[in-house]
Amino acid sequence: MIEAAGLTKRYGAKTAVYNLSFQVRPGAVTGFLGPNGSGKSTTMRMILGLDAPSEGRATIGGLPYRELPNAPRRVGALLDAKAVHGGRSARQHLLCVAQLSGIPARRVDEVLGVVGLQEVAHRRSKGFSLGMGQRLGIAGALLGDPEVLLFDEPVNGLDPEGIHWVRNLMRRLASEGRTVFVSSHLMSEMALTADHLIVIGRGQLLADMSVKDFIAHNSAGYALVRTPDDPAQGEKLTAALTKAGGHAQAEPDGRLRVSGLELRQISELAHEADVRLWELSPHQASLEEAYMRMTNNAVDYRSTQDRRAGLAPMTEVVR
Amino acid sequence: MISPVETAAPGPSAPQAQFASPVPVETTNLTHALRSEWTKIRTVRSTMWTLGIMLVLVLGINLLMLWAILADGSAYFSDPVLSPGLYGLMLGQLAVITLGVLVITSEYGTGMIRTTFTACPKRTRVLTAKAIVFFGLTFTVTTLACTVTALINWAALSGKTATTDCCEVSGGVTFKEGLTSATGYEWLGATVGVGLYVALLGLLALAVGTLLRHSAGAITAMMGIVLLPLIAAIFMQAPGLYKVQEKLVEYSTPVGLAALYRVRMAGDYDDRINGLPQLATLAVVTALALAGAYAVLAKRDV
Repeated sequence: MIEAAGLTKRYGAKTAVYNLSFQVRPGAVTGFLGPNGSGKSTTMRMILGLDAPSEGRATIGGLPYRELPNAPRRVGALLDAKAVHGGRSARQHLLCVAQLSGIPARRVDEVLGVVGLQEVAHRRSKGFSLGMGQRLGIAGALLGDPEVLLFDEPVNGLDPEGIHWVRNLMRRLASEGRTVFVSSHLMSEMALTADHLIVIGRGQLLADMSVKDFIAHNSAGYALVRTPDDPAQGEKLTAALTKAGGHAQAEPDGRLRVSGLELRQISELAHEADVRLWELSPHQASLEEAYMRMTNNAVDYRSTQDRRAGLAPMTEVVR
Repeated sequence: MISPVETAAPGPSAPQAQFASPVPVETTNLTHALRSEWTKIRTVRSTMWTLGIMLVLVLGINLLMLWAILADGSAYFSDPVLSPGLYGLMLGQLAVITLGVLVITSEYGTGMIRTTFTACPKRTRVLTAKAIVFFGLTFTVTTLACTVTALINWAALSGKTATTDCCEVSGGVTFKEGLTSATGYEWLGATVGVGLYVALLGLLALAVGTLLRHSAGAITAMMGIVLLPLIAAIFMQAPGLYKVQEKLVEYSTPVGLAALYRVRMAGDYDDRINGLPQLATLAVVTALALAGAYAVLAKRDV
């Protein structure tokens, strides 16, 4: 069990993580989601005792990492980028980590097998591809056969086969009763891998719920309505929908994107306004869209085109 | 090609509420860190390169010096018998300094330090292990190299007779029954003494590397420590600064090494020079730098 309580990290004037509190429970994959620069890696470093929190505390099994007895046997971590000296071979790298952690050397060959690096075990890791580097990092995390695992962006640079493999590995580790905490900036990946989601933006907690709840709460529905090409008809319908409490917005292709009203109501309002409908179809915003809407105000680096507004909870509109 | 093995589970595959690893748990101590650091230092090429270059410089320059002395024809009596080893070591020490810096800064440069401190949250233990392994290795290698040069120089230059008057004036060389020789202190200084001095200098480099975390920055700082006192002394010509100038020269690294060989680089020859004050000073400076490194390491974010 990983626990953060009021975790805050400041670098000078910039606050990287602010008042973050959450729990990561065993037996499940917990996704740690946030845009680039939202404080995911900083939080993970604080959990691992590499960075000291400015305020609050991060504990594993009730103790800060640096006070945890046999810490490397209880917690394994894949850190961002390659935290590996490129001059050593994969095997030598794992061996020196194993020796430092008091892990028997035979585990080195076992984990090399688990991640599928046996054949390049004696090659210097400097020449490894991004995907091979990730596998080496994952091998390092598994070395101590720990009950708590932290993975920072484990699928970065992996090919589809590798992504599939990581996904299964996470799920298997969790099914063995371990605590698995995985960071990612990809909602679609987490929707497939995680059971529980912790979403942060600009270092603050945005959501802490199961993936199922997240989908139910955030996946908004809307309707697409096409009227005849006469602009007056469109304006008339927009006025009627707005008056009824809905929200209508023109799409680039001339259709109206309507939220806040059920299909039946839209049809009746159109009938009352004497507007003919050429199309009335239900749609569901993707999880990715819901995530982006949630973190919209919390991204550091954003392209300039505005996002469209008007997504409402799905239960209100389409059944 | 890489083929993922999905079936090889790293632990028991049966689902359970609380996970427990079948791998035996061993409480770690300094021995584990020492073993790990030994693996680290012997598995990177920079160790082989820096120590190899040090050996080539120490032995090669010593042979060149000997060749120059013997080619001169007249016997070489102005400096102690074992002292030709000094000149190669003056350059060789720079290679040891580089290794000392790299032992820690290469971990910061690659991010390996985060893996290391995750595997061993007791950071001071890691630094202690690094210091012991590095000091032990460089002390052994330097002492061995210098013992070899001392033996070569002894074979080439001892047992000669004094043929000119010059030697009485320049002094420095030991005579036994009219023949060139070396005292036990000279042997000690030219082997273990310089081995200690160079290994301490390397340890200082390790401490500076820990404080600065950047290879280039730390190596530059160490070059400053080695060279600046002498350079500064050159420009301190004011009479009021004479004392400072003298001390700067006396305790500069090249003069300290020379003193261990009983070679007086500046000023008049003094029968009592043995390099011990310089060795003790370097030990104190290194201890202070290491204390600073320990203090910073425990608190700083990685």
